[in-house]
Amino acid sequence: MQVQDVVCTFCGSVCDDGEYDLEKRKIKKFCKLGSSKFAEKERIKAPMIDGKEVSYEEAIEKAAEILANAKKPLLYGWASTANEAIRVGVILAEKLGGVYDQCASVCHAPGTLATIEEGLPGATLGSIKNRADVVVFWGANPMEAHPRHGTRYSISVKGLLVKDRKQRKVIVVDVRPTKTAKIADLFVQIKPGYDYAIISALRAIISGNADVVPSEVGGVPKEKLVELADIMKGAKYGAIFYGLGVTQSRGRDRNLENAIKLIQLLNRFTRWVIWPMRGHYNVVGAGEVPAWEVGYQYAIDFSRGYPRFSPAEFSAVEVLNRRDCDAALIVASDPVAHFPKMAVKHLKQIPVIQIDPYPNMTTLVSKIVIPSAIYGIEAEGTVYRMDCIPLRVKKIIDTNYWTDEKILEEILKRVEKLKG
Amino acid sequence: MIWIKNGIVVDPKNKINAEKMDIFVKDGKIVAERDVKKEDCKVIDASGKLVVAGGVDMHAHIAGSKINTGRTMRPEEMRVVRNIAGKFRAAVGRVLLTAPAIGYEYAKMGYTTSFEAAQPPIGALHTHEELDAIPMIDKGALPVFGNWHLVFKCIEEKNLEKLKALVAWAIERTKGFGVKVVNPGGVEAWMYGGNVKNLDDQVPGFSVTPREIITWLIKANEELGLPHSVHLHCNNLGVPGNYQTTIESIKLAKGFSNPKRQVLHVTHVQFNSYAGSSWRDAASGAAEIAKVVNSMENVTIDMGAAIFGHATAMTGDAPFQFSLHKLIGARWSNKDTEVETGAGIVPIGYLPSNPVHSLQWAIGLELGLLVDSNKVVLTTDYPNGGPFTEYPYVMAMLMSKKMREGELKKVHQYVQKATTLPSIETEKTLYEVIHMTRSLPAKVLGLENKGHLGIGADADIAIYNLNPLETDFSNEFEKVYKSFKTAEYTIKGGEIIAKNGELLKEVFGKTYWVDARKRVDLEAVIPDVKNYFNYYSVQLGNYGVEERWLKNPSRIEVV
Repeated sequence: MQVQDVVCTFCGSVCDDGEYDLEKRKIKKFCKLGSSKFAEKERIKAPMIDGKEVSYEEAIEKAAEILANAKKPLLYGWASTANEAIRVGVILAEKLGGVYDQCASVCHAPGTLATIEEGLPGATLGSIKNRADVVVFWGANPMEAHPRHGTRYSISVKGLLVKDRKQRKVIVVDVRPTKTAKIADLFVQIKPGYDYAIISALRAIISGNADVVPSEVGGVPKEKLVELADIMKGAKYGAIFYGLGVTQSRGRDRNLENAIKLIQLLNRFTRWVIWPMRGHYNVVGAGEVPAWEVGYQYAIDFSRGYPRFSPAEFSAVEVLNRRDCDAALIVASDPVAHFPKMAVKHLKQIPVIQIDPYPNMTTLVSKIVIPSAIYGIEAEGTVYRMDCIPLRVKKIIDTNYWTDEKILEEILKRVEKLKG
Repeated sequence: MIWIKNGIVVDPKNKINAEKMDIFVKDGKIVAERDVKKEDCKVIDASGKLVVAGGVDMHAHIAGSKINTGRTMRPEEMRVVRNIAGKFRAAVGRVLLTAPAIGYEYAKMGYTTSFEAAQPPIGALHTHEELDAIPMIDKGALPVFGNWHLVFKCIEEKNLEKLKALVAWAIERTKGFGVKVVNPGGVEAWMYGGNVKNLDDQVPGFSVTPREIITWLIKANEELGLPHSVHLHCNNLGVPGNYQTTIESIKLAKGFSNPKRQVLHVTHVQFNSYAGSSWRDAASGAAEIAKVVNSMENVTIDMGAAIFGHATAMTGDAPFQFSLHKLIGARWSNKDTEVETGAGIVPIGYLPSNPVHSLQWAIGLELGLLVDSNKVVLTTDYPNGGPFTEYPYVMAMLMSKKMREGELKKVHQYVQKATTLPSIETEKTLYEVIHMTRSLPAKVLGLENKGHLGIGADADIAIYNLNPLETDFSNEFEKVYKSFKTAEYTIKGGEIIAKNGELLKEVFGKTYWVDARKRVDLEAVIPDVKNYFNYYSVQLGNYGVEERWLKNPSRIEVV
């Protein structure tokens, strides 16, 4: 038997056309990354306290006790779980007077800061698929990071107005010839850290001030920049997709702010939109849910009983570097593998509770490990694709694992009791 | 069971005007005296106090991708702390509020129902997640239809059965409540960088016009017999001279009738009531619009009043939002949405020292004063015109010429020549204002058990510390304003949820949605829907919202 329209819970593309064979336990149509997520993998077998297997109830009881007794716990992760779990997580952070932060703070958060400065003139992937005759990937490499993005939304996909690859011009701006650059119509190789200058040059050319642009900017000859500017201005409907190459290189949020200003300018001549290539399947939900519950997307401190947002103080890495948390709850993430050394050092010194379907580096430093069901395979829930389009991921096979939502709810109930 | 004793009741639907009487509540409903055991009742002494139905906000942007993008781009809005976490949730926000704050603030003010005014169909699940996160009130959402390629196709084919099937299908899929139309055709034109300018402009790529979109959707809506009428955000919003387009659009309702309600509701009309040819010579067109609305029996409007202070413009009218961004140089978010619709968000503020803002402020009030009280609902198009928490300001202003005179002194004197507000003598009565905030919006939405205190109505009740028999509404406007800001009691579904500005109990209301599938043959449209899904980025099977995903859905079946 086959389950149709299976929704992938790997990357931000959230492809929703999978076909799952229940007998063979195999997914069809997904890319390598998605297929591997749906293949059987090593799991955390049972809840553990200090490496000893215990029941869910025992693990949850102890987790609640640690969190309720902490002065300022850090609740981090959230990009690979469903909104229902995230919501309980935000409420738990509020109840505990702790800190809520999510993976974007080490990833796409500069894009959020740029949105605060300039807004976000964007579109859904379905709009881009149908209308965009020029697509620019800037510091993004979907051929490797979001393998089906091009065939479903942005490169070779058949759209209503732009009917095939020939009618769509694909441009890659990057510091190296990536796999995506190889299939592009135009590849603009720039010197690392020169995104801001190049965007400024494009703005100058497009606004009729080409004379102020020097003969070369960031390793790109002026003629090539003029060519790029002409293509952009001549597009009927253009889209810039940006990746971590822009948010995590010199300039960070300022690069994006400048890029959004470029989009504002282009819309005075034709239509352009810009959108981030978000990584995890529900990293968007990890920001949207706290935004409606408490007003901010990430780096939120509740120690005063109300939410405060300050990325330079309350993002997980900053809190850990300052040794400003005395317990941590890590949900669906692996900070030990990805955070700077100093931050990991503090994580090793405080009680860590992990909720995750899979073992990872963080498991090794966790006092309490609570395994959970995999959303999209063993559990149902709502997630937001990279363009904020909501999708309901399915439960296709049964499991004895509890969902993140249920585990967190049980923790919240006990914390409420302990905190009175 | 609750016994509200000796209150002064104003209940326009039941023609009760400031009569001293008792109200009885049982199982979440208003019941007759004989249906309760008085000794088991919690008694509320309402002697000398005003007892009315809970307020109904029929048009506000309270949930979904627009307000949430607004929150994200405006952290400066979140610094006002309204509640510290404890028994209740932390609640923050200045004009843009978090979901808990929305519920709490409505409750404190004596409002118990609010409808999200624009839900992009493909984003419906997001809208519902946020609605589910709003405590205290009942809610619903209106999906948008005016720029949807599928709608255009049905109209191009002049196939009413197909259009009806599409509307019924889409409202069910989105768990929506009615048919919202935003700048019909104009948002599609925006996908090419344009807009439509009048009702007979052709929509790019289609042989349909805004006139046809509005008319055909009214036809479909009426044949389906939906509880609510077509809910229209007119073309040319925010453009000087637009009042003529508004009048033309209103007249499209001619030839339709419905014994229960209007056949067209035109929303936040303040933004569509400008005369003149530019912002240099802009003036009010409210008086002309009022004349037309008053002359018709089948059209209602809401004010979209502007309140001085901060606001955030957020609408499905994406081309307007871009114009606003260019005009005031503020941040701008935009969302072109599949082949369905679009949206935009721009922070704004209304300053009394600014002639245009003062004009907008005056026009909102003119509409409230000049249009028959049975045809104009009080709104600010939250958060476009300002916060819903300032409804009491508008209520007090409508009832007091003296208050208006005082306020008129503080604003830009451009309004003296550009509007009729200074010369309007009308003072709406309390009965009228209660109608405009309760029974009328409930009637406009088609919610029979809301907005009144008759037997069988939902026990959504507000008690204000204001004795209508002893209050001089013309002169005691400060007291009136203060009283309506904070209800002495707010009762939702028979439970006391707030008292004197303090929250007592957190409840989660219902989400109403309309099921009209029995009225159509869905097969009339399904092949087209399937075909159009080639141009979507999700599978048809993954489109829409199932009832079991919602916290507290309430299905209203149209048979």
